[in-house]
Amino acid sequence: MTQDSSPAAETRTSDPSTRPASDPAPPPHVKPGMSKRKKAKISRGIQYAILLIALALVVIAADWGRLAETFLNVDVALDMFPEVITVALKNTLLFTLLGFVLGLALAIVLALMRLSSVGPYRWISAIYIEFFRGLPALVVFLVMGFGLPVAFPGMGLSKLVVIMIALGLVSSAYMAETIRAGIQAVPKGQVEAARSLGMSSSRAMITIVLPQAFRIILPPLTNELILLTKDSSLAYILGSAVGGRELAALARAEIVNSASLTPFIVIALCYLVITIPLSYLSRVLERKFGDVGTKS
Amino acid sequence: MSTPTGDTPHPPVACETDPAAEAPATGAHAAGTHAAGSPTTQASPAEAPARHRVDRTGEPIVRITKLAKSFGDNEVLTDINGAVHRGEVVCIIGPSGSGKSTLLRCINLLEVPTSGEIIVDGQSMTDPDIDIDAARTRIGMVFQSFNLFSHLSVRENLTVPQRKVLKRSKAEADRVAEHNLERVGLSDKIDASPASLSGGQQQRAAIARALSMDPDVMLFDEPTSALDPELVGDVLNVMRSLADEGMTMIVVTHEMAFARDVADRVVFMADGIVVEEGPAAQVIGDPQQERTREFLHRVLHPTG
Ligand SMILES: Nc1ncnc2c1ncn2[C@@H]1O[C@H](COP(=O)(O)OP(=O)(O)OP(=O)(O)O)[C@@H](O)[C@H]1O
Ligand SMILES: [Mg+2]
Repeated sequence: MTQDSSPAAETRTSDPSTRPASDPAPPPHVKPGMSKRKKAKISRGIQYAILLIALALVVIAADWGRLAETFLNVDVALDMFPEVITVALKNTLLFTLLGFVLGLALAIVLALMRLSSVGPYRWISAIYIEFFRGLPALVVFLVMGFGLPVAFPGMGLSKLVVIMIALGLVSSAYMAETIRAGIQAVPKGQVEAARSLGMSSSRAMITIVLPQAFRIILPPLTNELILLTKDSSLAYILGSAVGGRELAALARAEIVNSASLTPFIVIALCYLVITIPLSYLSRVLERKFGDVGTKS
Repeated sequence: MSTPTGDTPHPPVACETDPAAEAPATGAHAAGTHAAGSPTTQASPAEAPARHRVDRTGEPIVRITKLAKSFGDNEVLTDINGAVHRGEVVCIIGPSGSGKSTLLRCINLLEVPTSGEIIVDGQSMTDPDIDIDAARTRIGMVFQSFNLFSHLSVRENLTVPQRKVLKRSKAEADRVAEHNLERVGLSDKIDASPASLSGGQQQRAAIARALSMDPDVMLFDEPTSALDPELVGDVLNVMRSLADEGMTMIVVTHEMAFARDVADRVVFMADGIVVEEGPAAQVIGDPQQERTREFLHRVLHPTG
């Protein structure tokens, strides 16, 4: 718990004792008993104590020797280089990016369909979005991974294409809702001004609304990219040749080879190398563009 | 715009230019400039009458016939008729909710009329087969809330519509943009972003944006209502000089001094109908209808 939450905790504990039901509520600044500041101090002290006890329990209970041996085996870790970077990290980035591009393209179309004046477009888009938002990414991967090659046997769909489609489908439903919200957050006056200048509604959408909508939704889209980076690990269930392994697939293979869990730590760090800068970027974008929608 | 009280569709030209009719308007000017802020250089009282020479014999540039507009069960406009001629400045006044904005928005079809006809420059806006986008380029519109495109610079606000809609070259669009920003006194802000401008500067940029499309008629919907009082004068001065240059203007406004000073005709609306209309000096200086008198009294003497 952080310091911010302590006033709330303080209010909750103090209320029953200081406010008997029959008495009129006293003004907040003259509560009887302990002062507000003193209670906040005690509450904070309790929170620190809980934290310390939890830490102590972990330190005492864990078998540090075995942990280090299983998870921090330096030889096993070094053995994974350079493939973990040149093949696995590269593939994770590639899958994520391809999935994101396809997902974004689908999402824009879905969002526009969702806002269309043509009823059937709205319904199709709504059903699609509900369907894919309701399915675990794992299920989508399994159905696509084994279903697509059966459905289109003549096309010789590569693993890469199947993964791209699966990730695209998973992300498009979420992004479509984000984009729709972004479009609706653009002030109506912007479209009216564009139309009054003679722009058609599609021209106004492309030139005026979408650029503003994307500024508004850049932070949530960056978050979607983070989620997709993690979802790309599901590609391992489709199995792949050595050159097609991404981080999760490589880790599984290495674990079998080395009989150590160290590869998990290595790929965990690799994922963080991707996702932490992204979430930092998301916060920067939020600060920069977060207030765009409110300006005229 | 003809009223229930009656107005000939084509009054004699002399009616608008008669020096006697002009006299009260000129007298009102002093009070007008006082209320609006700094006196303008373009519209001195001596010059003002020259602009008022409006030719009302030809085909009007805007003609409204039996216009009605409802939102669901709420009838907002009822049987509006009227005409605006080239070079004319018409101010629409009236209480909040009387349908002034709706009337203006019907003229360029931002609102689709329920019935009636609107003809702009010989073309029926209400004809379902009209190329509405092409027709709108000839009607400039200025909004209460400016509505500059917030993701574009001032220059792009002016050039993007020219390039995308009128298909002008980059060089020509830039030239037109620079010319129109100069007209509104914002040459130094050409590369600024709208958010960095004051309200008055944003509104003047919005006027320049509309002018860049070379419209035949300009619609203003309470262009100064969202501005701090000290910024109102700059915008009104720009509009005044536009009027002096002969631009056809339909202005919804609560600035009575501006209406009295600049408008050729003033239309008073209430509850979706035109209650009274006529020369500015008459409608504001000597209103014939009780509702007009009541409204003007409230606007001009808000404290009692
Ligand atoms: N899009 C809309 N949907 C439903 N009702 C509307 C809509 N636009 C306007 N109205 C209604 O129409 C009536 C007239 O509105 P309008 O904005 O034209 O008045 P106004 O004379 O411009 O008033 P104000 O001086 O406050 O701007 C109001 O009662 C308003 O509630
Ligand atoms: Mg209005």
